[in-house]
Amino acid sequence: MKKNEAVRLKDKEKTKAILIKIGLYTFLGIWALIVLFPFYWMLLTSLKSYGAYNSEMIPKLYTLAPTIENYLEAFSAVPLGSYLTNTVIFTVITTALMLFISIPAAFAFARMNFRGKDILFTLFLALMMIPNELVIITNYVTVTELGMRNSFAGLILPSVMSVFYIYLLKENFAQIPDQLYYAARVDGTSDFKYLMRVVLPISRPTIITVAILKVIECWNSYIWPSLVTDTKKYYLVSVGIQQIRESGFGRENIPAMMAAVVVVSLPLIILFLVFRNRIMEGVARGGTKG
Amino acid sequence: MENRNLRAWLYLLPAMLFLGVFLVYPLIDVFIYSLEEGYNFASGTHFGIGLYNYGYVLRDPYFLQALKNTFILVIITVPLSTVIALLISTALASIKPLRKLFQTVYFLPYVTNTLAVGLVFMLLFKQTPYSDGFVNTLLGIFGIAPIDFIDGPYAAKMLVLSLYTIWIVMPFKILILTSALASVKDDYYDAAHIDGTSRTRIFFRITLPMISPSLFYLVITGFIGAFKAYSDAVALFGTNLNAAEMNTIVGYIYDMLYGDGGGFPSYASAAAIILFVIVLTVTVINLLVSKKKVHY
Repeated sequence: MKKNEAVRLKDKEKTKAILIKIGLYTFLGIWALIVLFPFYWMLLTSLKSYGAYNSEMIPKLYTLAPTIENYLEAFSAVPLGSYLTNTVIFTVITTALMLFISIPAAFAFARMNFRGKDILFTLFLALMMIPNELVIITNYVTVTELGMRNSFAGLILPSVMSVFYIYLLKENFAQIPDQLYYAARVDGTSDFKYLMRVVLPISRPTIITVAILKVIECWNSYIWPSLVTDTKKYYLVSVGIQQIRESGFGRENIPAMMAAVVVVSLPLIILFLVFRNRIMEGVARGGTKG
Repeated sequence: MENRNLRAWLYLLPAMLFLGVFLVYPLIDVFIYSLEEGYNFASGTHFGIGLYNYGYVLRDPYFLQALKNTFILVIITVPLSTVIALLISTALASIKPLRKLFQTVYFLPYVTNTLAVGLVFMLLFKQTPYSDGFVNTLLGIFGIAPIDFIDGPYAAKMLVLSLYTIWIVMPFKILILTSALASVKDDYYDAAHIDGTSRTRIFFRITLPMISPSLFYLVITGFIGAFKAYSDAVALFGTNLNAAEMNTIVGYIYDMLYGDGGGFPSYASAAAIILFVIVLTVTVINLLVSKKKVHY
């Protein structure tokens, strides 16, 4: 009698645990669906032919006649190829310059001794708090006055610096054991050689993370490019997409727009899938969105 | 020593040059701009110093509309996204199989182009003469009459903007909360289990206090981010946000600077400083509250 009751109680608990599990997975599944659905929709719509799409009074969740004509249209009717090239140039140069400038600065803060170091580093940290909106106005005026609107220089130069990345690199460089540095000094290695031969190889993971975060930021940047470019020749993908939305394809060819959206989104999705652990770890350590 | 000093400054020089030109100088300049009355962009002249620009901005109906929109957006999205993120990460923490997969999927919106995916959202919600669109079809199943979420009533537009904003900010929040939950030591839970504490009680008495620093970090960054909303609105409603009644404070700043009504860096500067003061005030309030409530 007593044993029976214990079994029943255990069974009850088991059912309860299973029900909770089902609830959890349903809830998580629904959110996954909400996240993935827009991606599915853009891909689906981009594969529907113009005629098929427009004849759907009630949008269909599938297509039986996928076509790539929209992708051909996206590259021929609007200069999507040139938007992509511009964005790649912008992203590569900006990221390279950022690393080129931030690594020595981070190294100086982490390893070198000089007068005023602490004050300067505090000032650097304070600069992290400055919102972009405050400085973008003068930068816009500066770039306009220097005649750098509609040029790569105007796009790139104000986008290069992020104090946060100097901070992240400095923290990482500072973790390298002092002994390595002193040993190198005894051997007569210069600071520069030490940076190149010891610091860079050891800190490679962090440098790659910083570079990827910057690439994401560059690829998606919209506000600054939209301010300083107004000819298609220098549009980056975000501005290009906005242009396509407002006047591309006669505003009607939705499947072609979606093809453009897929082309623009795909590079970063691939980058994310390859480096997902690094990206998520980097963002968790202090990145923000926007 | 002198030599080493010099060398260190040499390493710092490029960074300081860039920061000086594009961050420090503009920061000082924006205050000057905001005080220069009647500034003329073409000639670079102005005829007075004073607070006129602030008065103009604060009386501008477009600014007041932007202020209202931004505040509504903040009030809706910050609490809602934080609570949903908390629910999702708690659920994630209590499963084992598929957890990694879910985490990867949930992070996807972080790496997507706001403008590009915004276009998809617009498409999903838009009602055209030919089709009610996906969302309206879905709502139709529940007997709800179709609404134009993109060009229709104010509340509908605000709803879509809020939903899209939440969709965009969720990856960051889930990520931060998931790592915070993972860092809570198992000892606490083990002890609670031995005592036979209920799930809800464990959540409110152990989990929540342990992750409260991360939670407050999210609330603070969430407020800052939401006050700066702009790109999401452009993605959904186009660049002419004033016409759509969907402008935000940041949108107002850029419209003043450049665009159809642009060419007024003084007004833009005044609006930017007003935004900065609002964000600073809210952040300070947040910090004061967190000092009292957060368990460190």
